[in-house]
Amino acid sequence: MEKFTTHTGVGVPLRRSNVDTDQIIPAVYLKRVTRTGFEDALFAAWRGDPSFVLNQDAYRAGSVLVAGPDFGTGSSREHAVWALKDYGFRVVLSSRFADIFRGNSGKQGLVTGIVSPEDIEILWKILETKPGTEVTVDLEAKTATADDVTVPFQIDDYTRWRLLEGLDDIGLTLQHADDISAFEAEREAWRPKTLPAKHLPSVEVVPARPAGSQA
Amino acid sequence: MAGTLAEKVWEAHLVRRGEDGSPDLLYIDLHLVHEVTSPQAFEGLRLAGRQVRRPDLTIATEDHNTPTLDIDLPIADTTSRTQIETLRSNAREFGVRLHSLGDADQGIVHQVGPQLGLTMPGLTVVCGDSHTSTHGAFGALAFGIGTSEVEHVLATQTLPLAPFKTMAITVNGQLPPGATSKDIILAIIAKIGTGGGQGYVLEYRGEAIRTLSMEARMTVCNMSIEAGARAGMIAPDETTFEYLKGRPHAPEGADWDAAVAYWRTLRSDDDAEFDAEVVLEAADLEPFVTWGTNPGQGLPLSASVPVPAEIADENERVAAERALEYMGLEPGTPLRDVKVDTVFIGSCTNGRIEDLRSVAKVIKGRHKSADVRVLVVPASARVRLQAEAEGLDVIFKEFGAEWRNAGCSMCLGMNPDQLAPGERSASTSNRNFEGRQGKGGRTHLVSPLVAAATAVRGTLSSLADLDLPADVDLTTFDGSPLDGVGAAVPDTVVVELPLPLPVLR
Ligand code: SF4
Repeated sequence: MEKFTTHTGVGVPLRRSNVDTDQIIPAVYLKRVTRTGFEDALFAAWRGDPSFVLNQDAYRAGSVLVAGPDFGTGSSREHAVWALKDYGFRVVLSSRFADIFRGNSGKQGLVTGIVSPEDIEILWKILETKPGTEVTVDLEAKTATADDVTVPFQIDDYTRWRLLEGLDDIGLTLQHADDISAFEAEREAWRPKTLPAKHLPSVEVVPARPAGSQA
Repeated sequence: MAGTLAEKVWEAHLVRRGEDGSPDLLYIDLHLVHEVTSPQAFEGLRLAGRQVRRPDLTIATEDHNTPTLDIDLPIADTTSRTQIETLRSNAREFGVRLHSLGDADQGIVHQVGPQLGLTMPGLTVVCGDSHTSTHGAFGALAFGIGTSEVEHVLATQTLPLAPFKTMAITVNGQLPPGATSKDIILAIIAKIGTGGGQGYVLEYRGEAIRTLSMEARMTVCNMSIEAGARAGMIAPDETTFEYLKGRPHAPEGADWDAAVAYWRTLRSDDDAEFDAEVVLEAADLEPFVTWGTNPGQGLPLSASVPVPAEIADENERVAAERALEYMGLEPGTPLRDVKVDTVFIGSCTNGRIEDLRSVAKVIKGRHKSADVRVLVVPASARVRLQAEAEGLDVIFKEFGAEWRNAGCSMCLGMNPDQLAPGERSASTSNRNFEGRQGKGGRTHLVSPLVAAATAVRGTLSSLADLDLPADVDLTTFDGSPLDGVGAAVPDTVVVELPLPLPVLR
């Protein structure tokens, strides 16, 4: 994972609250089995609308999204983070994020900064009056600067440290492989195992057919 | 120290306590896998040269994209087929147990765990699906994770997690006839909002919860995520033990006794402190229905579509305006006058055998309203077989409903079961987001009983709108012992699955 210290890029004002992951990336795109190439899926339902913010030239190259409260609610799909990253976003600022989305973002190197609703409003005003304004996000200092305005944002210390160091999660955990083995040695016998597989007797499942074609 | 149920389960899984703001490392007892959120996780393992640490604590099933018709034919949609084929080859390569389409144990992942007896009290259960909270009904700490966490659990069988806050939700008293567990949870979400559970593990308690059957409890916990919560839990009791006993993977003999003795300790201590508390009176609940585009936008069926101009909070007003425009609803219209095109009965929220029995009781001997399409999709192949053994399929077909194979189906419209643009559904699923059931589709979330009554009348309806024969005892819906027992369960057989299969390259 790439280290993140500061980033400067075009700010995109997304004046919507409760942007759920179905809106960030509709379910139809989840069928892909790769990890990249989701840029076309981002906000797919809105991209058809010429007035949508990302369809305006000044914002097209945006990399800092400034969104309304409750961003990333709904389904746990990590594709939402991939779609934002593949499009080019490095940072999302909002006054409130859904937990799962925030967790997913930290692991993929997308910064989610919590900014007060008043400051979001200020950023929106700047980005709307001067489309194409760049926002500088400083993860060390936990600030976002647009024009001559600097606002603070919050991010939990652990995620921030990981983003700054660019550390992969699994590698971190495997430093404690001995602890995991020790824990496993103590687990009670009643805890379930999926293998060997136990079943009710197998029964043949006859395919359903549309009404009419059924014998 | 006094603890809540969630804290007790958490403590029992601590591999390492986090230091200096780093999260705790928690052991995961059961990892459920499906085709949508796993391909990239397996890809990650492969790229890093890692193995699945505990295939014996992992189980996979095909559900999100599986067709519900013609399951013996190749899947027509190429991307759906690719996901399913990818899961199959990953399961083979990494030695993971998989229940494929056509297998009697295939079905929605949140039905497969409980029905096999793998979901138990006191476990940590994860799955790359937000409705993993369903398993909390057993007193397990169960939550949805993202794909990189799926990879993390596959590789290490642990997860680094920051502690949750806890919220007690007490539902006092008894549900009135015709109201169900689904109405309880829809009312809770409408009360606390879609962000109200943010950061919390919800613990449902109180008399109304205690009297629910296991399946009804699953419905409640299932939708915890729609209140923004990480998980929902219900302390295990005799109902839980009875549901589990004799299931294929339930502990046996001395293990069973040891397990039950431990499970009985899994309840919040009387003096445990919750970070937040909410209280509801079950007697006040009525059949609920959503009118908007998030599960918090719900009202009792007897109400009318809200008038945005009367909403004080600006954010909420704008959200309501947008929702009503999308839903094509006139403010002030009685909800009972809203006509639907499709009734969907299924999903991990309400596609279980009790749900199907409830619906069958209501519609038996009737015929559906002429212009309504009715889709009944069991949550798993076993549920389908059970329903067929009880003759429920015949009741559905005579009613004019389509009886399908198991899967997620129209809950999220990844398979061909979708709403057309502008089409309106009454759905027993859990999400009414824009486009969830098909682009432009309009979803009203309802209980199975409301779905059944709506299918009969063609407009959103409850049982009160039907004259049910006097011998249909409403108190037997949703949680009576009568509903919990089906045909006698045959003995479990142990099948050595040919796993892990050699990988052909
Ligand atoms: S039925 Fe719906 S909510 Fe449940 S797992 Fe499937 S898609 Fe998710």
